[in-house]
Amino acid sequence: MTNDELKKVIFQNLALIAPECDPTELRPADNIRETLDIDSYGFLQLLVGVSEATGVEIPEADYAQVFTLEGMINYLSQHMG
Amino acid sequence: MAEFRMPSLGADMETGTLVEWLVKPGDRVKRGDIIASVETQKGLFEVECFDDGIMGEPLVQAGQTVAVGTVLALIQGEGAAATPSEPPPSAVESPKAPKPEPAPAVPPPVTATPTAPSERILCSPVARKRAQELGIELSLLRGSGPNGAIQLSDVEQAAQASGRSTSERTAPSPSSTAQEGMRQAIAVAMSRSNREIPHYYLETEIDMSRPLAWLERENLKRPIRERILPAVLLLKATAKALVEIPELNGYWLDDRLQMSKAIHIGFAIAIRDGGLFTPAIHNVDQLSLSELMRALGDLIERSRTGRLRSSEMTDATMTLTNIGDLGVKTVFGVIYPPQVALVAFGRIMERPWAENGMLGVRRCVTATLSADHRATDGHRGSQFLDALNRHLQNPEEL
Repeated sequence: MTNDELKKVIFQNLALIAPECDPTELRPADNIRETLDIDSYGFLQLLVGVSEATGVEIPEADYAQVFTLEGMINYLSQHMG
Repeated sequence: MAEFRMPSLGADMETGTLVEWLVKPGDRVKRGDIIASVETQKGLFEVECFDDGIMGEPLVQAGQTVAVGTVLALIQGEGAAATPSEPPPSAVESPKAPKPEPAPAVPPPVTATPTAPSERILCSPVARKRAQELGIELSLLRGSGPNGAIQLSDVEQAAQASGRSTSERTAPSPSSTAQEGMRQAIAVAMSRSNREIPHYYLETEIDMSRPLAWLERENLKRPIRERILPAVLLLKATAKALVEIPELNGYWLDDRLQMSKAIHIGFAIAIRDGGLFTPAIHNVDQLSLSELMRALGDLIERSRTGRLRSSEMTDATMTLTNIGDLGVKTVFGVIYPPQVALVAFGRIMERPWAENGMLGVRRCVTATLSADHRATDGHRGSQFLDALNRHLQNPEEL
């Protein structure tokens, strides 16, 4: 997957969790949870959705690396087979 | 013969609109079955019946708004005729202080599939309201929400596509009616709480390093879908502490404390359109952490798609709020009447921590107990917080 495709996957999942938000307003370095007001359950749902779409399991210890959009895209592209 | 009445889904509810009957006259129903859906100021709920029997003719039709306590239908005992043998009672005056429904002896399994027919439409309460305002048929829409639930945006889009101007409406702004209703409902309950309940507050700092380290090891063994959130540890530890301090678990009714044997914890869930629900997770003390995580996920999903059940809205025996998840350090909660206590958790964050003459950095959470001074004193309250801490420090026992 290209970075643009990864971004699309992330946005699709965000739309399920925070349907009233416009993820395109999210800047690459924004903290996703804080910017879109997502609680820890919502964030876990985002990670579940993203990991099922990409096959990348994100261990809890790596959560800090996926707090931002660019962090998540980089992490996924590095860990995809 | 039993009467199936408009339930009181909270201290704040005066009337409800019957949205849909989910069973037909003559159908066999049993205690715990979902037989109707009801709309209140707080949204749409699925209503369970409290008796076994045969469903009679509805006395209130879909679309009618009636007072709490009004008989909606009669349920005949087994073997009786399915039609009412006596004239239906007319609207019943609403009880002054709605008592919480007694907890079912055998609680419905939290992960059970609802008995509602498959053609039911999953729809958020706000979207349903909006569709009604705009005259849009929900069954024609495709939902973009979880499990295909129809969201407010789907309704707005459909309205635009059909050329219906979304500005042509009686309400001033989208979903404003639903939001105002939710606000009003919270206002009534919280005003009553502040007026009637002499709150006292106790706060303690809990070192979460040990439970979180244990949870991280536990979660490493689990696929991402089965990971457990820290909130689940807080829920279970609260339930275990309530077993030890039962005076905080129950209701203040008829000028006395009525403790509950069952521990049903109301979990505060913020609704993205505004407002909150505090539906109950049943028998928290008896659930494993995995079961509790599933129950919590199920509750959050259903609160967002308008499928909470009447029992969940009425039988919480204490409330837990984890609002600190989104940032604040300390939360001073307002008790939901007629409950007698609420425990609130702030954000888990690193703080300096002194122990054995050494200063270190630990992940900590501030736990605050709000309790009803009519029911308990500070001494008992502090024992609760001690017990809570003790259970959290032994996560493998949770």
